[in-house]
Amino acid sequence: MSPGELLITALLALGVFFYAAGTVGLIRFPDTHSRLHALTKADNLGLGFIVLAAGLHWGDAWIAGKLALIWLLALFAAGMAAQLVARAALKPEPRE
Amino acid sequence: MSLAFDLALCAFILGAAALAVAGRNLFGSVVFYIVYGVLIALAWLSLGAVDVALAEAAIGAGVTGVLLIGAWQGMKEAGALEDSQAPPWPVRLWAALGAALTGGLVITAIIALPGQDGLTRTVADEQGALALGNPVTAVLLGFRAYDTLLETLVLSAALAAVWSLSPERVWGGIPGPKHVSRPDGVMASFGRLLPPLGLLVGVYLVWAGADQPGGAFQAGTVLAAVWILIVLSGLRDEPRVSSLPLRAVIIAGPAVFLGAGLAGALAGQALGYPPGYARTAILIIEYALTVSIAATLALLIAGPARRLS
Repeated sequence: MSPGELLITALLALGVFFYAAGTVGLIRFPDTHSRLHALTKADNLGLGFIVLAAGLHWGDAWIAGKLALIWLLALFAAGMAAQLVARAALKPEPRE
Repeated sequence: MSLAFDLALCAFILGAAALAVAGRNLFGSVVFYIVYGVLIALAWLSLGAVDVALAEAAIGAGVTGVLLIGAWQGMKEAGALEDSQAPPWPVRLWAALGAALTGGLVITAIIALPGQDGLTRTVADEQGALALGNPVTAVLLGFRAYDTLLETLVLSAALAAVWSLSPERVWGGIPGPKHVSRPDGVMASFGRLLPPLGLLVGVYLVWAGADQPGGAFQAGTVLAAVWILIVLSGLRDEPRVSSLPLRAVIIAGPAVFLGAGLAGALAGQALGYPPGYARTAILIIEYALTVSIAATLALLIAGPARRLS
């Protein structure tokens, strides 16, 4: 295995690790807000590593750029969805 | 893609389908149906059918998912979720028989396709006559234009059916609830950030559709999503259902399509294009369809009229 392939494999493994961590959090955490934290933070990091691995694998700056844009959009969407779900989850028991 | 990937994907698709059909919890079923749509889009991608994958992800998973969640919300508000019970055995048996029969017919039709790669070669041979680079667009707007015309008419008819459910006191009014968001809030910021990008993607999809994967349905769905986002973030309100310009936009696509078909019929071939002008005619139809499909899908999701102002 070449050093490049080794790096890509390591990045993929890291990505999968963070996805798994996010999923474990989603299942194990007790309330909506903690679950959101697991889903939107760990998963986005996982996606980032997988995007990095895919970009290196293709070895093309144009494709890597597109992948990076997709990651950025996913970040925006996850961030916004997390805010909205968190606020909706607050409604039944207002704490502020 | 590798065999292991395809096998895992098939297993996931069957699992998601089973959970969507067999689930006791209606909301869970809807969620698994959306997951099923996303997985099917991946399967089309794995088969190299990028056009179908785009359409499945946008319409099969996206629009249908939102419609189903809306229907679930409506049932919940009407209190219909509590007293919904599993249908009796005879009903289920007939449903299973019908599904099995349809599945069997589809399998028979697929096996009966000529040659190993179906009609790919025939389309590739004839595609040059329409001067289009994308074989899917050539089939949808050329060789099987009749099907596409009926599909767009079905969409308009569905919207008319949804509108006819409006209560009399708000007849012709504005669909959906009024959305208000804090001007500096998350939703409003997102509603300003994403629409320009969505507009770019939508226009690109229909522009590229003649020669690359893309087309009116995919682009229309993206544009509909842009409008829904703008409404959700409270930046603009839905138009009145009775608005004449709105109705003109909705029937523009089918009308242009029908017009082209009639013109062809007068020239000797219904839905045929004059030699040398096929590409131009198809592009005009595609652009008109995109606008109409976008408006129709967005309003289907908005639902019947609910208020006057």
